[in-house]
Amino acid sequence: MGELKNIFNRYPEAGRDNLIPILQDIQSAEGHLSKEAIVEVGSYLNIPSSKIFGVATFYNQFRFQPVGKYHIQVCRGTACHVLGSATVLQELEKQLKVKAGDTTRDGLFSIEVVACIGACGLAPVIAINGEFHAKVTAASLTEIIESYKNKEEE
Amino acid sequence: MDFTINVNNKEFQATQGETILEVLNRNGIKVPTLCHLKNSMPTGACRMCVVEDADTGKLITSCSFPANPGMNIKTHSQRVVESRKTIIELLLSNHPDDCLYCVRNKNCELQDLSEEHHVRERKIRGRKNSEKLDLSSASIVRDPEKCILCGRCVTVCEDVMGVACIDIINRGNKSIIGTPFNQGLNTSSCINCGQCIMVCPTGALTEKNHFAEIQDALNNPSKRVVVQYAPSISVSMAEELGMEPGKDINGILNAALRKVGFDNIFDSSFSADLTIMEESAELVQRITDGGVLPMITSCCPGWVKYAEEFYPDLIPNLSSCKSPQQMLGAVIKSYFAEKENLAPEEIYSVAIMPCTAKKFEAQREEMTQAGISDVDAVLTTRELTKFLKLYGIDMFNIQPELTDSPLGFRSTAGKLFGASGGVMEAAIRTAHFKITGKELVNFQIPQIRGLENRKEARLSIGDLDLGVAVVNGMANAKELLDEIKNGRDDIHFIEIMACPGGCIGGGGQHIGTSEEQLRARMKALYKIDENETLKVSHKNPEIIELYNNFLGEPLSHKSHELLHTHYKKREVMI
Repeated sequence: MGELKNIFNRYPEAGRDNLIPILQDIQSAEGHLSKEAIVEVGSYLNIPSSKIFGVATFYNQFRFQPVGKYHIQVCRGTACHVLGSATVLQELEKQLKVKAGDTTRDGLFSIEVVACIGACGLAPVIAINGEFHAKVTAASLTEIIESYKNKEEE
Repeated sequence: MDFTINVNNKEFQATQGETILEVLNRNGIKVPTLCHLKNSMPTGACRMCVVEDADTGKLITSCSFPANPGMNIKTHSQRVVESRKTIIELLLSNHPDDCLYCVRNKNCELQDLSEEHHVRERKIRGRKNSEKLDLSSASIVRDPEKCILCGRCVTVCEDVMGVACIDIINRGNKSIIGTPFNQGLNTSSCINCGQCIMVCPTGALTEKNHFAEIQDALNNPSKRVVVQYAPSISVSMAEELGMEPGKDINGILNAALRKVGFDNIFDSSFSADLTIMEESAELVQRITDGGVLPMITSCCPGWVKYAEEFYPDLIPNLSSCKSPQQMLGAVIKSYFAEKENLAPEEIYSVAIMPCTAKKFEAQREEMTQAGISDVDAVLTTRELTKFLKLYGIDMFNIQPELTDSPLGFRSTAGKLFGASGGVMEAAIRTAHFKITGKELVNFQIPQIRGLENRKEARLSIGDLDLGVAVVNGMANAKELLDEIKNGRDDIHFIEIMACPGGCIGGGGQHIGTSEEQLRARMKALYKIDENETLKVSHKNPEIIELYNNFLGEPLSHKSHELLHTHYKKREVMI
């Protein structure tokens, strides 16, 4: 909560137009937008929390659960799409049993869909904690996930 | 500045700032709308109201486009009509095909528009959304499958009610209407007022229905099934039955309810009189003993929940009186039960209310005696009409009957509860007698009558200079409450009703209630007050009897046990 105070201090006399910058600051500080944070922002800006949730869910950039230890970004840009990134995402969601935007219950993995991560030559590409994995297929995806799980067990 | 616009080759007057739709409506040209809500900012979300601008060849939404001088509009060109039909087909593309089973069958704007635009097949097949039915609220059921995202519920919840517990969440074809974090309505700040149901064009929002429980009770020979109906019911049903708006069908209603099989028919207007006895005593006590002022009425369960969530600091200002529904419920399961030699659990108590929040109120923990609910089930006005149809009651061929006694006789003061300002007026009449020992010369208090958002008056009662305020519509109440919080102290007594116009405009009323109908209902209540002679609660013989035989006096120990309660801060996401 102290962190929120610091963020609010950066926006004295804030109004509705500061909503998105404030949400962005909170997300970069805390990794996600919690219920508590949304209620706090609501009382600071005098906006109902339903409206804030409405705005925040409009944008892909906001997430409402803490990211996992391994944050997986799935590129859904044009080149990746052409080479089957939809299947990659579907497969990933199936294997981890969570939807994009969510975090696995053990807190290990989270999935985020991103528009283009600028590695079209490697398409379809995913990035795990910033580490790129090129030309992903269903089979290679299983291997990649396993390797991270094994890393955990060691 | 006045100018003309050309519509379908005819010139029409328009004023600067008017929308095209307003010009069309004023001149009797009907353009279909869905998202449009009178008195709110247009959103242009549904596109149903498109017209063709013949100069630019563009289709524009008439609800949000301002009329400009010299405009050339076609409202029913081939292109327009076809576009509207396509819009309906798109809306239907992911709509469930279950009109037959829908509560809004034959009373659905989407259905009407499909019919009007001659949609005869499902041309476009879209993926249905997989959002779950929200049954979490005690009052309101949300079915996202039937939602067409017109956003009227969102608008009314924010603009009229000042609650804003729902909004459009997500984006594009994933958009849905939901609460913060898309949780159940019961965890949100929803006050159950049901105004969202009143504006929903489809069956996406409905009240929670209790027909089965009531029928079970009616069919159970060991249950004594009693019913009470709110002051506004008898003047609000006429439209649903195809009679003139505002017609008072009190006697017919009594007879109809008896035909259905209810064992005893009581009138919540009687317990409105009882509320007045307690509430006016409480007001006088607060004024003389230096209690917390202004005192605020607590008859409206929507307002009570709003106070618990948004104004917990003002809870001490709330009258401790239960609402008439709950007072009568409590008296039925104590005084009446005793009189009839029944155990409270042998009684099944039904209330007919113009209100969805009353369903929530009836199941509140505070509204029980030794674990038994004061009121077992609540029907809205809409549901009552359906219920009467279910039992084949022909309301046009039925002889009027009286309510049962005791607990059925009322003064006109109690009847006034149905309209905004009524509780105040009734309370002043009795408070005046309590303070001065004399009756008012003129019982009418015109300053607090009518449909205005806020009505204020200064009244002289003996030596007392009393400031009173009456507000309806929660958003209007919010403004007044903020003034009070900021130190305004010239008001002693406030009446708050969540719904526009008070209970006559409640969320359980006929869908599509117009302002004219509201006025007719209000007028009907005032007419009853004008025509009848018993105009004050404290002279109601059945009320006097109840105090003599059972309660003792207002604010007695027994009254406190049965008729009063406390509220506390409610933690929800606001």
